Amino acid sequence: MTGSGFWVLQFLNAMQFSMLLFLLSIGLTVIFGLLHFVNLAHGALYMMGAYLGVSLAAMTGSYWPAFFLAPVGVTLIGAVLYFTLIDRLRGAGPMNQVLVTFGLIFVFLDIVRMGWGDIARGIAVPQLLAGTTRLLGVDYPTYRLFIIVLGLIIMAALMIILTRTQIGAMIRASVENGPMASSMGINVGRLFFAVFCVGCALAGLAGVVAAPVFSATPGMGVAILIPALIVVVIGGLGSLQGAIVGSLIVGFLQTLGAAVFPQLAAVLVYALLALILVLRPQGLIPVRGGAH
Amino acid sequence: MKNTTVSALALTAGLFGGSAAMAEITVGMMLPTSGTYAALGQEIDAGFMLALEEAGQQDAVRIVREDTEARPQVGVQKARKLVMQDEADVLVGLVSSGVLGAIRDFVDGSQVPLIVANAGNDEATGDQCSRYITRVSFSNAQVSRPMGEYLPTAGITKVYTLAPDYAAGRQMIDAFTAEFAEHGGEVVGGEYTPFAQTEDFGPYLTNARASGAEALFVFYAGGEAISFVNQYGSFGISDSLPLYGTGFLNSQLYLDAEGDSAIGTVGSLHYVPSLDTPENEAFVAAYQERHNKLPSEYAVQGYDAGRVLIEAMATGADDRESLAEAIPQVSYTGPRGPLEIDPATHNVIQNVYIYEIVKEDDRLTQNILATIENVQDEPHGCTLGG
Repeated sequence: MTGSGFWVLQFLNAMQFSMLLFLLSIGLTVIFGLLHFVNLAHGALYMMGAYLGVSLAAMTGSYWPAFFLAPVGVTLIGAVLYFTLIDRLRGAGPMNQVLVTFGLIFVFLDIVRMGWGDIARGIAVPQLLAGTTRLLGVDYPTYRLFIIVLGLIIMAALMIILTRTQIGAMIRASVENGPMASSMGINVGRLFFAVFCVGCALAGLAGVVAAPVFSATPGMGVAILIPALIVVVIGGLGSLQGAIVGSLIVGFLQTLGAAVFPQLAAVLVYALLALILVLRPQGLIPVRGGAH
Repeated sequence: MKNTTVSALALTAGLFGGSAAMAEITVGMMLPTSGTYAALGQEIDAGFMLALEEAGQQDAVRIVREDTEARPQVGVQKARKLVMQDEADVLVGLVSSGVLGAIRDFVDGSQVPLIVANAGNDEATGDQCSRYITRVSFSNAQVSRPMGEYLPTAGITKVYTLAPDYAAGRQMIDAFTAEFAEHGGEVVGGEYTPFAQTEDFGPYLTNARASGAEALFVFYAGGEAISFVNQYGSFGISDSLPLYGTGFLNSQLYLDAEGDSAIGTVGSLHYVPSLDTPENEAFVAAYQERHNKLPSEYAVQGYDAGRVLIEAMATGADDRESLAEAIPQVSYTGPRGPLEIDPATHNVIQNVYIYEIVKEDDRLTQNILATIENVQDEPHGCTLGG
């Protein structure tokens, strides 16, 4: 393998991990920005996406029904959580929210253990995306390329929706000043619910997309939550651009760190987090107005 | 007719109460039933119960189960409870090496025999050995060393190593590297990945490809093994960089989740369910009948823990001291082949099998390439042998 091939491969590895982080942290950050709600159970929803995917793929014998239906299933779970717990906790303060959603992590952990067992489960990569593709002089797993492309598409779609459409304007208005948006005739409650559902769907999507690469394990929800929270904090709570920048930084730092300074791989991201918290506690690209 | 005899025997036993039967032994079963290792705990428990059933000794032992949660401080608490409150005659189990290390001094001090059914840390049967601790599973070095002997015979002399960054990972790689060097091999590079935090092995695999090695030797277990094999498979590098590892990598327990990515990977392990011996066939049939799946090495470790205990009891041992004396003297040929306990360390002496994962009749199975017979550890500071 040539020197340039090595760096192309590592670049693609970093992109792939960044896109998965983006899918997960975007829901987390938007829900926080809009609802001022710290949803630690977001990682659990990601895990449910993976496990629903495992079951759907096993039932239908194909990956694609899982790909489309698992996010729907996770959205339904999210909706139930919204009406039973999250809506009621909106005014309860961050400490109660953190406690309840932290508890939910354990509830889902045991649901998964009861339903799917303790052994990690995998999903076969769909036939269409099996094997490797030649790109920039290297052979790279097609499925990983698919993750990168999917992440970029969703990133672009969200950017367009948020900056170019009326819904986007309403969301931005509600994030920056909820009471004012409400008095301008925006149904903030319904908007919140819709955004919450989209966040859950993206977490579910991240789960089902990650399952063929990382496998579905009962610990996956907790494991991914920490990098996702770091992305959100680095990027700035509630900010879409922040989530994009944050996931790219964390993804590249983690991947290239593992490749070049393996001894430091585990520490680098935390060092960056500490640095950001000291120098720029509001994050790299904070939202204006609310969310603090 | 047979039924009548059995009922007559049962009636007799009932009439004479417990006194005529073998004295009841209390077993303190220490396995994780929650957390990452719960699945291994279940397999070990199932194997242990099968050994009791097979010998018809379910009633000769009273089992008290405690969840170690695979956490050292919890393990110590549970060991104390089992020994002092439940007055266990023998402790069985232990998946995590951390828990074994933590309870070692307590077990040794309270003089209760312990049969280790998984935890493989080398020092437990090395400089930390105890006459009360007998291991029927494996030691880390015992499983990985044979691969160092085998690889040069398969024409591979340059290897890149990967393992999680914790004690077991380092012991596996160290033992392999030393043995491999002794047989003329060279480790051209390697990395320890952050344990339980590494999700994406892509960067490490890319480094390995750039290292100029002819093959990969890795130790991964559990969820990490499944992710690793799947990701290795997706890069399509099995021709240029074949994958070898300790068999925890492609254990029977994980083959379903790994799927076709596991084909062609080679492991070294003390048991595979495809072993072609009458003892193993009978064991596999009995296990399959009860659990509707093939037994893994963990199930066999549980089975042998049970069988060693029963054979020790059959010599008349019925309390802590006599069991501690009898357990290390047990030897027999079981599902994994000949099994005996090394008097010098109390670690098991056993065959290690080198096997390749192949697809037969649409099912993944292990094709045995070589058998390294009666693998025995050096005492490494253990003075049991005098």
